[in-house]
Amino acid sequence: MTVFQFSSPAWMVCPVILPLIAGLLCFLFSHRTFAIALAAALTNLLVVCLLTGQLLVFGPMRCHMGGWQPPLGITLRTDGPALLMLLMTAVTGLAITLYARGYFSYRISDPRRAGRHQRQQRYFWPLWMLLLAGLNGLFLSNDVFNVYVTLELIGISAASLAALSGKPASLLASFRYLLVSLLGSLTYLFGIVFLYRSNGVLDLGLLQNLAANGLGIRTALVLMSVGLLLKTALFPLHFWLPPAHANALAPVSAILSALVVKGSFYMLFRFWFEIFPSTITQPTLNFMGTLGAVAVLWGAVQAIRQHRLKLMVAYSTVSQLGYLFIAFPLARVDGGIPVWSIVIFIALAHACAKSAMFMAAGTVFLHLGHDRIKDLSGVRASLPITVFAYGIAGVSLMGLPPSGGFVGKWLLLTASLGSSQWWWALVVITGSLLASIYVFRVMSRLFVIPEGFSLKKSEPHFRLLEWPALALALISLFLGLAASWPLHILVHGTTTLAQVFVGGLP
Amino acid sequence: MITTLIYSLTGLILFGMGFFTLIIHSHPLRKILAVNVMSTGVFLILVATAYIPLGEGEIDPVPHAMVLTGIVVSVSVTALALILACRIQETSNSSLPGRKQQGEVPEESIR
Amino acid sequence: MSRTGKSHKRLDGFQRLLLLLVICMVMLLGYIIWSTPGSKPVLTDAVAQMQEYSGVESPVTAVLLNFRGYDTLLEVMVLLLAVIGTWSLTEAFFPVQGSEISPVQMGAVRLLAPVMCLVAAYLVWQGSHLAGGAFQGGAILGAAGVLVLVTELPGLRTIPVLSLRIGLVLGPLLFTGTALFCLFITGDLLGYPKGAGGWMILLVETGCAVSIGLTLALLFAGGRPDKESIWKNNP
Repeated sequence: MTVFQFSSPAWMVCPVILPLIAGLLCFLFSHRTFAIALAAALTNLLVVCLLTGQLLVFGPMRCHMGGWQPPLGITLRTDGPALLMLLMTAVTGLAITLYARGYFSYRISDPRRAGRHQRQQRYFWPLWMLLLAGLNGLFLSNDVFNVYVTLELIGISAASLAALSGKPASLLASFRYLLVSLLGSLTYLFGIVFLYRSNGVLDLGLLQNLAANGLGIRTALVLMSVGLLLKTALFPLHFWLPPAHANALAPVSAILSALVVKGSFYMLFRFWFEIFPSTITQPTLNFMGTLGAVAVLWGAVQAIRQHRLKLMVAYSTVSQLGYLFIAFPLARVDGGIPVWSIVIFIALAHACAKSAMFMAAGTVFLHLGHDRIKDLSGVRASLPITVFAYGIAGVSLMGLPPSGGFVGKWLLLTASLGSSQWWWALVVITGSLLASIYVFRVMSRLFVIPEGFSLKKSEPHFRLLEWPALALALISLFLGLAASWPLHILVHGTTTLAQVFVGGLP
Repeated sequence: MITTLIYSLTGLILFGMGFFTLIIHSHPLRKILAVNVMSTGVFLILVATAYIPLGEGEIDPVPHAMVLTGIVVSVSVTALALILACRIQETSNSSLPGRKQQGEVPEESIR
Repeated sequence: MSRTGKSHKRLDGFQRLLLLLVICMVMLLGYIIWSTPGSKPVLTDAVAQMQEYSGVESPVTAVLLNFRGYDTLLEVMVLLLAVIGTWSLTEAFFPVQGSEISPVQMGAVRLLAPVMCLVAAYLVWQGSHLAGGAFQGGAILGAAGVLVLVTELPGLRTIPVLSLRIGLVLGPLLFTGTALFCLFITGDLLGYPKGAGGWMILLVETGCAVSIGLTLALLFAGGRPDKESIWKNNP
């Protein structure tokens, strides 16, 4: 059958459809939900690897839903950035799935609140699977309105996941998160209205060709950007992020911080630099860069001031998201490395490092029953792997070589110095220094073993709690060494040479 | 043409009213209703664009499909938000001190 | 707290500024809408041309379930997500009023509910050539479900939880299954085989209408049902 051939574009629907089916089945059955979710996450990773191979052989591909060509139907497409985001989601998603299994089994093994934890696990799997489907759909989508639907899918499942712990603080944070997310997608939809009024098409590829620099387009772009920025939590709009991320269950925090905010950012970036690059002016880019710079500094300072580990990690997310926006004003640098690679690198490194860090924080929380930073001493003796994972993730967040974070920040530095915009370089360096303060502040507590400290016996399920975090931390560390590999995919995905090659095939 | 404009402007005013209410009120129910008014405004503008001035009696089906999708999404989010708000009320009545531990300022908690 | 009193009093400085900003925003957007008259969309012609291949006569249904069926597939998932989200939050709490329900209401709902189901079925069937379809039919079904719940008729409450879950998943699963079936037959997700579009869309719409109706009624119930019996044992 042609569908199963290596060259078939129909493989593209698998990253969306497989988690969807898994989500439905997880909701339908009350047993073996982990097996279903794990199977979906594994297959998802395999299919994404296959798609990467496809990209390297055939170049960017398109898949028309229902066989209807662009103005009428919805198109999915793969290119370099989309595939790297998919890979990021698949790898982080698999690790989070394993970690969540360990997390819930550990909590259920505690007989006091077993019923409640069982219920949390029961609803975690379908929500997480549908969130995964939404994320994959967003990265693959090539249609403005389809992006809106996937954003809603992501927003609702993320808010439900954030409320899963049932604590009053997390309910409140989740409510605010839901409203912000709804407001964001509503503004985005408003933007679509203007886009549709002035162009009459919804396909991104067609919009790219049609887009004239009209008033309607500019209004649409402003509205859509504001909506997406609200969901990405750029500095003045970040107010909802720390409580929502810090009060959720540990696997949920990892999902929200590592993946969900990247989704809306990815879309924003595509709109600005791929679809409507002619509409964007340098002052706008500088404005975004400024907001990003403030976010870097403000988030880091707030992270330093926190007394709880998870809140600190959440503020660190605000800070790290700022780096993504500092790349904006450097986009027009001639002859340098394309801005895509900078942004994708920072996003990849942050996704791995931050999810590892949240997992480590969650494990520490489970072990101690609290996450007050000043009382963390002695954890190293009982959770050596977790502390190691935290340290490596911290190295990537600070941007020390050879981590992925280092490469991302190094690219930012070279780009800003190369275009003689040295003030951005200053912000990047200051941000890294502040990051090292908040990382080391916790690390110094973790490594201290107080006198008279006796080792507790470790519990049976700890392996699944510790190893996924370490694996992700190591990936973020070695991303810097293997930097040429993602760049290779990016370059392959964005040149048109490969498309010519595909055109020649029978 | 003038009909479309009237509908669009009405939708716009609804959007603005909803947005204003969303920001200034702190009660959860008012916030949910405000977002609903806002989405109604957007849907109204979207439906107004479906009217094609050239062809008599013809409508553009694509905005209609989009509005239908939007309404379904809005229903889902409203239901979830309402139940979340009820849940917040229940838990905050039974265990009010829980909020302070999380480093949140209670007055601004919803805003 | 100032929560209740303030709303009737005069606005303070921040609120006035905000009001001014919102008014400016609305006027600016209004000007933009006024100055950029909508052009005739490219999509309209495309829909009109391909209408006859879609398998249905109503253009809106053709867009919803054929041309942009992938959107609708995800949208059905959004509805299901709302139910999963509410079930994860809380249990359904239904104060039983017992004798307080008036016999007129009882009688009316007993009469209305079957009629509403009939109307819903008609709307789904009508969707192929006029306004109507799964969402409209589902909405009517949902309303019937709400009436039954409010009147405390046994109908919805005695359904076992497993059947409820099956009912909720039925539409989305049927939709996904159809999409995959089409993928294997024609090579396109939701690319209906020639001539089969009409009845496949009707099948998907029927399944979705049932699930949507159940979804809406259960959203009204506001939480997950008890372990095996539904809401019967609640105070």
